This record gives sequence, C-alpha cells and structure tokens, in this order.
Amino acid sequence: MNILQCGSEALLVDVDGIDAVLGLYAALSDRLPEGVTELVPAARTLLVCFDPAVIPAQELADLLAGTEPVPAEAVRGELVEIPVYYDGADLAEVGEHTGLGEHGVVELHTAAEYTVAFSGFAPGFGYLTGLDRQLHLPRRAIPRTHVPAGAVAIAGEFTGVYPRSSPGGWQLIGRTEVPLWDPARRPPALLRPGTRVRFRETR
Amino acid sequence: MIEVVRPGPLTTVQDLGRPGLAALGVGRSGAADRRSAALANRLVGNFDGAAVLETTFGGLVLRFRQVARVAVTGAPCPIRRNGRGEAMNAPFTVWPGTELALGTPSTGLRTYLAVRGGIGVEKILESRSTDLLAGLGPSPLREGDVLPVGHDMCGPLPAVEVAPVPDPAGFGLIVRVVSGPRDDWFGPEALRILSTATYEVTSESNRVGARLAGPPLPRSRGGELLSEGMVPGAIQVPPSGQPLVFLADHPVTGGYPVIGVVLTDDLPVMAQARPGQSVSFRLVPGSLRRHAANVPGAAAV
Repeated sequence: MNILQCGSEALLVDVDGIDAVLGLYAALSDRLPEGVTELVPAARTLLVCFDPAVIPAQELADLLAGTEPVPAEAVRGELVEIPVYYDGADLAEVGEHTGLGEHGVVELHTAAEYTVAFSGFAPGFGYLTGLDRQLHLPRRAIPRTHVPAGAVAIAGEFTGVYPRSSPGGWQLIGRTEVPLWDPARRPPALLRPGTRVRFRETR
Repeated sequence: MIEVVRPGPLTTVQDLGRPGLAALGVGRSGAADRRSAALANRLVGNFDGAAVLETTFGGLVLRFRQVARVAVTGAPCPIRRNGRGEAMNAPFTVWPGTELALGTPSTGLRTYLAVRGGIGVEKILESRSTDLLAGLGPSPLREGDVLPVGHDMCGPLPAVEVAPVPDPAGFGLIVRVVSGPRDDWFGPEALRILSTATYEVTSESNRVGARLAGPPLPRSRGGELLSEGMVPGAIQVPPSGQPLVFLADHPVTGGYPVIGVVLTDDLPVMAQARPGQSVSFRLVPGSLRRHAANVPGAAAV
C-alpha cells in the first residue's frame, strides 16, 4: 500500500488491484472514519477525501495504513440480475473477432458473475469485473457519438451498462430496460461498488 | 418569484453541491468560487448551503415579482437596479417589478447573486446545483425562466453595509500547489517548469476545468495510467503536456496523471481566472511526513 498526497484535502491510496481496492473500500465505508468526506474507488486506487479541520493528513494516512482490508471473498454485495436483449450493434463483430460467434458471446457473457469494481464516466455507470478473458477486446477505434441508454457493452477487462444516452467507445452487445440510474431512488444507482451482477438473456 | 429576462452567456443555480456520492459516479459540483458564493449568502442572512446564481461574464438580467433582499459578490460588475447603480458585496432591497442587470465584470469571471431565502428550485440528490458534466440539476437559466425564492435564511438580516473583500486580481494570478499524487510520472524538469513558468488560461475553459497553455510538462514514462479518483484543483497533464486544472464539475475519475493539486484555499482564485489571464504555480510542502521533503528548497520535517 502506497499513500500519496492529493492536495490539501485528499489522499490517494495505491494498492495491488481491484480486490484490494474493494476490500479497503468495504472496510472504510462500513464505518466512515471521522473527517472522511468521500471515498472514490478506482481500478487500483482508493481516493479518500477528508476535512483537515477534523483529521490531519498524517493522522488519516496512519489510520489508512493500519486499516485491514475486508478479504475479497467477504466483499459480497447484493446480487442484481439484469435481463438483456442481446441485439447490440457490435455483437456480430465481437462474435467474429473472438471466434465465438454471436451465440458464444451471449453464452459467455451470461455465464459469469460480475462485481462492480468502481463507478465513473457518468452517474450510475459501473465498471464490472469478471468478464471472461475471451471477451477482452479493445474499445472501438472511433467512439460513437450516441450510445443509447441501457446499452450493455464490453471493453478491455470490463463490462457495463450505459445509464443514459451518451457518447461512448465500448463494444455494444445488447440492451436492457432496467433503469440503472434514478435520482429519486435511494440510492440512485442500481450498481454500486461491490454489487454483484448477473446478465440473463431475454427476447 | 424572479423572472429571467436575459441569462447572459451562462448562468447556473449553485449551492454546496453533492458531496459523498462520488463512489456512485456523481461529482460534488456546486459553486466554482465557494468563497464568493458563501459571502453572498452571508450578506443576506442565508445558510451556507442556500442556492445562489453563478453567472459567467455577467450579462444577467432579472425581473423581481416580489420584494427581496439581494447581494452580489465575486467578479465585480456594474449592477443596475432599474437603471440606478448598486455596489458589489453590499446587500440591497429590490421591490416587485424591479429589473436588476449585471454588466460585464472588470476582473474575474464568475459573479454570484444571492437572494434572501435562496433560489428555491427543486433539489436533485439533496442539492440544487447544476452539474454541467454529469447533466444533473436544473438546466442553465434561459430567457423566460421563473425562479422561486426559498426559505434557507438562518436568522435576521445581518447589519452589514458592505463586506470588505478584495476583487479578483486582474493581472497574473499565483496559486499554491502541492506536488503529486503522480509527480513521479514526470521528469525532474517538469516540477521545476510547473513552478517557474507562466501559463495562460485558454478559452476552452469551463466549469469542468481551466485549460492552460504554456511550456509543456514532459513525462518520464510512457504507458497509460489506470483511471483514478480526481479532486477539484487537480492539475491533470494529457499527452500534449498542456495542463488542465479541474474545477467544480470535474469528472469523478480521470486517466491522465496529476502532477500536483491546487490548495483548496486557492481554488476560488483559479475559478475566477479568465481566458487570456496568466497563472503561475508555487509549490508548497505537503502535510505527509514523506511528502514534506519533495519540494525543492523545503525543509525536511
């Protein structure tokens, strides 16, 4: 664990990987240390924002260094099942690239259980880990200017669902009608760091 | 109720934003120059969290349908109440039918207008702020919009005639920076360049960030950084080497290395930097033990 200063009101904790990030996030978010205002998990880091009037940076750094991450197998968030119409604009191409065919892509994508590693890009957009290696593909060379809300997509080691229409460069393999983001809901995001996800094919 | 006669180039509703939701992909947002927004609220006896109007480069014209106590702070601009001049940083009363017009600021970029009780638009996720990047909160003001006045006052009207605050500087700005978290992605030259060069704020700047032009900051390693959490004031350096300082509506995570972060106390200065204005950075020691020695010339603690 490497703790880096990030201005006067944040520390960036650099760890080994997503399991370590989620473990530390789970350990801290369970009972937020006094003075901590925000936790932002990412692929290999946890950003910890704090109020220096409540806790000095060094004291927080010592506290973080002494925090025992929750073991990966114990970080088990709620399981969400998402029904998907596998008719994405890139499905045929993904099937060809991987040599799996459209049907094979759907089979692999629905077989795995995913975990939301972190959010970003847009409110409610979760980066889901657990994607089968055979489906690891680069982003599209030229991003689309318009990806519809509910689009189910893959890129690199991640899969995810676009919570609203936006530009985007991921490979679109399907779509869902489940609302990913609703400001009136508490919490507003369906997918939060630690949430487990399964995709089910629907027609 | 307040009617928007003309919104100017960009006027948004802002309060203290949406802290605590970044893990869901929602940034904090809120007033870009929090100090000026807080002063405006205090001058009319509002809570700190009351919503104000943030107008960029002036040009805002309002018509009041009710009596209201208002205060204008931040970038100093001519204030016309039915054609008669009013002062910045000084609360005054407007009567029903009054037209209030803000001209172009002489220095700075963002002017704040508070109304006693606050702007009473609907809250989204506990905040009335417009987050232009995330697309949350009320749309930027349009001609003909009608804004309700809220009830976010915290006591009687304060007996203040004028608050003695300096205007945003009209010349070269200096802001303090703590190096890191990714200064190790840059050559030893980069921190020296950052702390000695002068950068110009470009017209590409907005509430997301201030884009700067000047000597490029050379990277010492290739490859891509995995996306990580970002903070307001983060100086992100894309492959071009031209830095960008994140402001209120910054993305929650970003994939370019951050060479340093502007101190929170100096963010209001950065938020008032207008295109064409020059900015220079002063490195100051961080508060972590290991970090205190990273600044050239700083005493080891």
